[in-house]
Amino acid sequence: MQSAVSIKDLKIAYGDHSVIEKMSIDIAPREFLVLLGPSGCGKSTLLNAIAGLQDITAGEIWISGKNVSWEEPKDRGIGMVFQSYALYPRMSVRKNLSFGLRVAGLPKTEIEARVARTAALLHLDKLLDRRPAELSGGQRQRVAIGRALVREVDVFLFDEPLSNLDAKLRNELRVEIKKLHQNLGNTMIYVTHDQVEALTLADRIAIMRDGVIQQLASPAEIYHRPANLFVAGFIGAPAMNFIEGRIERGNGSPVFLSNGLAVDLSGYSFQAASDGPATLGFRPDHLVLDGAASRLPTIPGHVSVVEPMGSEAVLWFDWAGQSLSLRLMGEVTLQPGDTVAPGVDIAKASLFGADGSRL
Amino acid sequence: MARSHPNGPRPTQITAGRIGLYAFLFIAALFFLLPLYTMVVTSLKTMDEIRLGRIFALPETLDFSAWITAWSGACMGTTCVGIRTGFWNSVAITVPSVALSVFVGAVNGYALSLWRPRWANVLFGLLMAGGLIPYQIFLYPMVRAMANVSLYNSLAGIILVHVIFGLPLVTLLFRNYFVSVPEELCKAARVDGAGFWRIFFEIMLPIAVPMVVVVSMLQFTGIWNDFLLGLVFAGRDNLPMTVQLNNIVNTTMGERNYNVNMAATILTAIVPLVIYFLSGRWFVRGIAAGAVKG
Repeated sequence: MQSAVSIKDLKIAYGDHSVIEKMSIDIAPREFLVLLGPSGCGKSTLLNAIAGLQDITAGEIWISGKNVSWEEPKDRGIGMVFQSYALYPRMSVRKNLSFGLRVAGLPKTEIEARVARTAALLHLDKLLDRRPAELSGGQRQRVAIGRALVREVDVFLFDEPLSNLDAKLRNELRVEIKKLHQNLGNTMIYVTHDQVEALTLADRIAIMRDGVIQQLASPAEIYHRPANLFVAGFIGAPAMNFIEGRIERGNGSPVFLSNGLAVDLSGYSFQAASDGPATLGFRPDHLVLDGAASRLPTIPGHVSVVEPMGSEAVLWFDWAGQSLSLRLMGEVTLQPGDTVAPGVDIAKASLFGADGSRL
Repeated sequence: MARSHPNGPRPTQITAGRIGLYAFLFIAALFFLLPLYTMVVTSLKTMDEIRLGRIFALPETLDFSAWITAWSGACMGTTCVGIRTGFWNSVAITVPSVALSVFVGAVNGYALSLWRPRWANVLFGLLMAGGLIPYQIFLYPMVRAMANVSLYNSLAGIILVHVIFGLPLVTLLFRNYFVSVPEELCKAARVDGAGFWRIFFEIMLPIAVPMVVVVSMLQFTGIWNDFLLGLVFAGRDNLPMTVQLNNIVNTTMGERNYNVNMAATILTAIVPLVIYFLSGRWFVRGIAAGAVKG
């Protein structure tokens, strides 16, 4: 099947400073791809390059089976939504939506029909004659999304569209964007630094760091089987717990040793067996409070902080001078100073070798 | 009781210091209005009354003949047609000069706001310096240059000179204004398919309306009040109002007609004043408009 967007050996550099290093991705039609990473990782640059707003140094960009590497943004068949909304301040919502169509010289009736359709889809009907300054943040971003939709193109690009909104609106609009994708079935490429957005929206997530994709996989895969230490540490809140140690393989199954802790690794599915220094990573949700009862290897320690969060709570405890976290459902009666011995479910844990990649 | 327990709005206190301050400001304002008052009063007096030397006294009868003379009969050297030719000359010089310099400056500023080299600040510092160098330095080379292109002593010539001298400041003001416009606005317009001119006319210029007003007023006042360039470059037939005013005031036949001189001066100065009054709201808005709010 033909890719909706295909990036081939893309390189972007400013002089000697390389932003994107030989990157290749294929994005399937109807796919929702999220580019996720810390600021400065090159994700926005990549999106701008796909849009044609950023010159590329080498490589090719294909959209809907056409090499658009040298095309102007308007000829690439894309619509784009920006973080700052970027609405034309002196134009009404109607004019904002129709601007691109007017530039393209579409017939008036067609423009009106498309604007009406888009406005209905995004519940903007009553706002059409307002100026952007008269709209709330959420309404502005809906207009910005509408301006992309009205172009009726195959690929939509989102550059951190929800970052300027408050938490409540962000959640609402996130759901709206997901619905929109389910209804329209367009290809969407979405840049964010918010892992919740990435995990909830994406079909696949590309986690980037310093212009290199660290892992490109489904949200579940990225959450449960991170490809390296960076991905493991970046995804999940609270962050994954890491314990440094070494793997030893005596006569039997391999064992992870650290500070008097010995964890039997026979339940772990290795993808690259190796002995020597390693890091054991496990998420707060993969610790069980009463380790002995569930017959898991235990990590004994003292409770330092309890963070209740309504439906759940995060318990922080000290082990060997390190602070580890554990997620509990329901109410917690433990107090700081109490002794706990949580058990770690090794089947759900991750092991990383000395170079940081998954074992 | 209200004093001992703070509650509700803070009581306003009128102290002696406050009263003194306002009194001082009021008197200072009156003081600065004195010259204008004297001019208006003098222009409405007859010469007999002026000769009494009571410059602050109100005129005994309102006599507008000095104004009529100033407008249509005052003498410059041997011609006695008043200041009205100068008025229309000034209009013919100022209006196209303002329109051209503001338009070209806006386009320049827009283009330069898109172009952000590393040494941009040095470059714009130099541009600013270009706006601050005294005109007198350019005078001679400019005269030679104008003569070479046959524009010396012509209306087109003086307009061109005003546009050239106005551009550094206008460009800089527009550039700094457009730099504060979010880059994403331009990107969005490019995705929508708009080119350089379309973005300029349909998006940037409408945003910059307050700036256009401010810059137009600066340019209008500067060019209307200009004396030196008009004297040097405009040629005899296009002398602006300021130069003609000077000629009227310096033409002496018999006695000095102070009332006519005052009336002619007020007529010359009133145009920029009226513009300030009419567009004061816009002026303040333009000055205050630092950021563009979506």
